[in-house]
Amino acid sequence: MATSAIRKRKFNANEISAGTNAVINTVFWIYSALCVIPLLIVVAVSLSDERTVTVEGYNIWPKKFSLGAYDFLLNDWKPIVHSYGVSIFVTVVGTLVALSIMTLYAYPISRRDFKHRGIFSFIVFFTILFNSGLVPFYLTYKQGLHLQNTMLVLMLPMFVQGFFVILIRTFFSGSIPPALIESAKIDGAGELRTFVRIVLPLSLPVLASVGLLCTLNYWNDWFLSLLFINQEGPMSIQFRMYKTLLDIAYLSSNSQAYSAIMQANPNFQMPSETARMAMAVVGIGPIIFIYPFFQRYFIQGLTVGAVKG
Amino acid sequence: MEMEQATPTVPAAIDKPVRKAVRAKTLNQGYWKRYGVFYLMMAPALIVLIVNNYIPMAGALIAFKQMTYASPSFIQNFMDSPWVGWGNFKYLFASSDAWVITRNTMAYNAAFIVLNTIIGVGIAIALNVMRNRTLSKLHQTVLFLPYFMSWIILSYLVYAFLNPDIGILNKFVLPWFGAEPIDWYSDSKWWPVILPLVNTWKGIGYYAVIFLAAIVGIDNEYYEAAHMDGATKWRQIWTITIPLIRPVIITMTLLQIGRIFYADFGLFFQVTRNAGALYDKTLVIDTYVYQGFLVSGDIGMSSAAGLYQAVIGFILVLGANLVVRRISKEDALF
Repeated sequence: MATSAIRKRKFNANEISAGTNAVINTVFWIYSALCVIPLLIVVAVSLSDERTVTVEGYNIWPKKFSLGAYDFLLNDWKPIVHSYGVSIFVTVVGTLVALSIMTLYAYPISRRDFKHRGIFSFIVFFTILFNSGLVPFYLTYKQGLHLQNTMLVLMLPMFVQGFFVILIRTFFSGSIPPALIESAKIDGAGELRTFVRIVLPLSLPVLASVGLLCTLNYWNDWFLSLLFINQEGPMSIQFRMYKTLLDIAYLSSNSQAYSAIMQANPNFQMPSETARMAMAVVGIGPIIFIYPFFQRYFIQGLTVGAVKG
Repeated sequence: MEMEQATPTVPAAIDKPVRKAVRAKTLNQGYWKRYGVFYLMMAPALIVLIVNNYIPMAGALIAFKQMTYASPSFIQNFMDSPWVGWGNFKYLFASSDAWVITRNTMAYNAAFIVLNTIIGVGIAIALNVMRNRTLSKLHQTVLFLPYFMSWIILSYLVYAFLNPDIGILNKFVLPWFGAEPIDWYSDSKWWPVILPLVNTWKGIGYYAVIFLAAIVGIDNEYYEAAHMDGATKWRQIWTITIPLIRPVIITMTLLQIGRIFYADFGLFFQVTRNAGALYDKTLVIDTYVYQGFLVSGDIGMSSAAGLYQAVIGFILVLGANLVVRRISKEDALF
């Protein structure tokens, strides 16, 4: 990698012409701008004055700066903080459990000397190939296990994902030399000790990647909430954002209070458009913040699964 | 938790019948002694798989039943409901819905596959030939960012553009071109353009990164040799880069073809805000099943649609994998 980069520098003639390079650069600047602009619009609207927005429309720059929307959210911070708590809990616990049980399952089916590994590999494979569809899945959780409105229902369906199990298994069988396991056995270590002391420390790269992909899946999930959570249940931050976009009343537990104020003072405007976007900013925040640090591992994880060698 | 390790060794010197008997005995004792711990390790995930995947699979049979809700227990209801054979399927395919959702699902996914492949490869090659490495990394980071956002966030971003009263398009872009504002969420005409745009915007970073990883893996000596022979950079891309990453392109495409019957629920549900006025252009199998089941409560028809999707999807995955195996065995799923 490093040597090829150095060689590339030497091989100047092997590069594209300056003109083509300029064209490519321009195209990428435009595309990168297109990736960022929508986010800027959301941030700008959230920092704008409500009345200006409703009259003049959204803009990439706050025409009239105002912190009204954030003020409104702060006044009513409890539901948002609660949603954050739900999201963080589901993400952390879900990822830890998912990663543990998937790794524990992947190890035996990676062992060539395990006679029945074919059957157990197939059990996982088949779930990638065939799924039951939404209706029986829903009925199993709701009428079979009665798990609606629990945290568990937001975690359990994503505990074991076939693709991740296969990914970890592939790593185990490809990157852990069987001789190493053999020698541990000869030294008298049991299967579990071998697994914990020798296999796991060597597998940190794949575990980090799968763990991050799980984290992302849990954090971004709203579908399970849509299916199984109603007003009484734990509301994750994504689900609250979804509800807020449908109906501004979900933003706040004080919407009645606000309508009372509005009746008393017709000039008062509840910051609905701007508060919506402020809610989106609050929801996007962590992802944007974490993203630069973990991007490398994500890319590793994605490419491990797709590109071999 | 320490397990005692015992490896049954059978001396090869023993003659056959005796060896058989010894082996049978040691195997039965030895198997659990040796592999019992594996079963313990696999137990938690197995339980999850049974609950989450295999019980619902058995439940897929409700597509052949007329469900009744006399009892609170699902099993009891299942037992009590009369079988109706292919009734639900006949009912589904007699309506025009089946055709519309199948067409939408497959046409959109086909468009996504073409866009992801062509634009993804294009971006990956461009990132690779860019002279300035730092800029290349920067752009890679930026265009990969949307991949990390949930569909909820995407629905906000799209709404900022399409909000009929104060969205960017109706307020700034269309007036600038002198066009009339469009009521985006009730006029389905434009969605076949909007959805591929949004889907590509969100997902292209993923494909670009995968193709780029394949390109980076190409040995530089190919390029140097080509350069000696006087091949231009364009020639090199056509004769070296693309042929060498062809297995990856084919694999990625086939994986997507295997999923062509499964639409991305988030895209079609969140970004369209599930607007009924758009259904002729935006309803796909997944959203149809959700809508039919949880909104209209038509359990027979939606479970039939779900099973129809699962079975065709299964056949497509097997077919796609068969083709992958033909092309490059190690890229095949199984």
